[in-house]
Amino acid sequence: MHRFANPARFLRLAKPLTPALFWPGLVLALGACLWGLFATPTERLMGDTVKIMFVHVPSAWLGMGGWTGIAIASIVQLVWRHPLAGIAARAIAVPGATFAAICLLTGSIWGRPTWGTWWVWDGRLTSMLVLFFLYLGYIALTNASSEKGDTSRVAAVFGIIGAVNIPIINRSVIWWESQHQKASITLGGSSINEAYLVPLFVAVAGFSLLFGALVLMRMRAALAEMRIEARMRRMAES
Amino acid sequence: MPHLPFIIAAFAVTGVGVIWLVVSSYVGMRRSEALADDLRQQP
Repeated sequence: MHRFANPARFLRLAKPLTPALFWPGLVLALGACLWGLFATPTERLMGDTVKIMFVHVPSAWLGMGGWTGIAIASIVQLVWRHPLAGIAARAIAVPGATFAAICLLTGSIWGRPTWGTWWVWDGRLTSMLVLFFLYLGYIALTNASSEKGDTSRVAAVFGIIGAVNIPIINRSVIWWESQHQKASITLGGSSINEAYLVPLFVAVAGFSLLFGALVLMRMRAALAEMRIEARMRRMAES
Repeated sequence: MPHLPFIIAAFAVTGVGVIWLVVSSYVGMRRSEALADDLRQQP
């Protein structure tokens, strides 16, 4: 892991990896959306609104996966003092928050025709809203730290504590009465018909690759800003 | 209740969000890397 502690070595890997993740991700995500929109059958109970699943589920996965990534990077930052871990956590925050917001909005849009309401304060929806606010808090906290590259330990601790919400979101439909359906995909199998399941997996894979590319872009920007700051400091001193 | 407007709205929200993310991340990266390279070439 410490092989990539050197920013120059990391950039040598990140520069070719960014387009290698971005373009396949874009093709898969777009393809899966078109597949889901035009080539999947109408569902018996939800009708055509089931097609919203192809954007709602990947955004939920990335909203939760993003915070899991922040928590892991924060642990690496605090325990091993890896210089890129804080930068990685910081780079995940905005894409994670955006996908959490997309999940909430698309879920609300899906809820209106299927549940008859835009919003209910049940466990799943409320815990996902809490995740979105945690992202906003994390972004505010990291922006407040003066040194761009050296993210504060407070933000890292916040990232780890906030991860408590991830299993709560996952188990919320089991622990509490919920309008939201129970988990359709578990380690034991799936209750989703193959006609929906295959494009759904393609969508999740595509959006995940895009997410990876976005995080790399933001990490590269942060590293470039660190180089600019260091150069400006040297110029001011000489 | 017609379903089409809800489907269009959900995909539009996702499209706008993803396009914003891609453009802001890419522009931010290119601008920072270009400035860093310019400064490095200065004596």
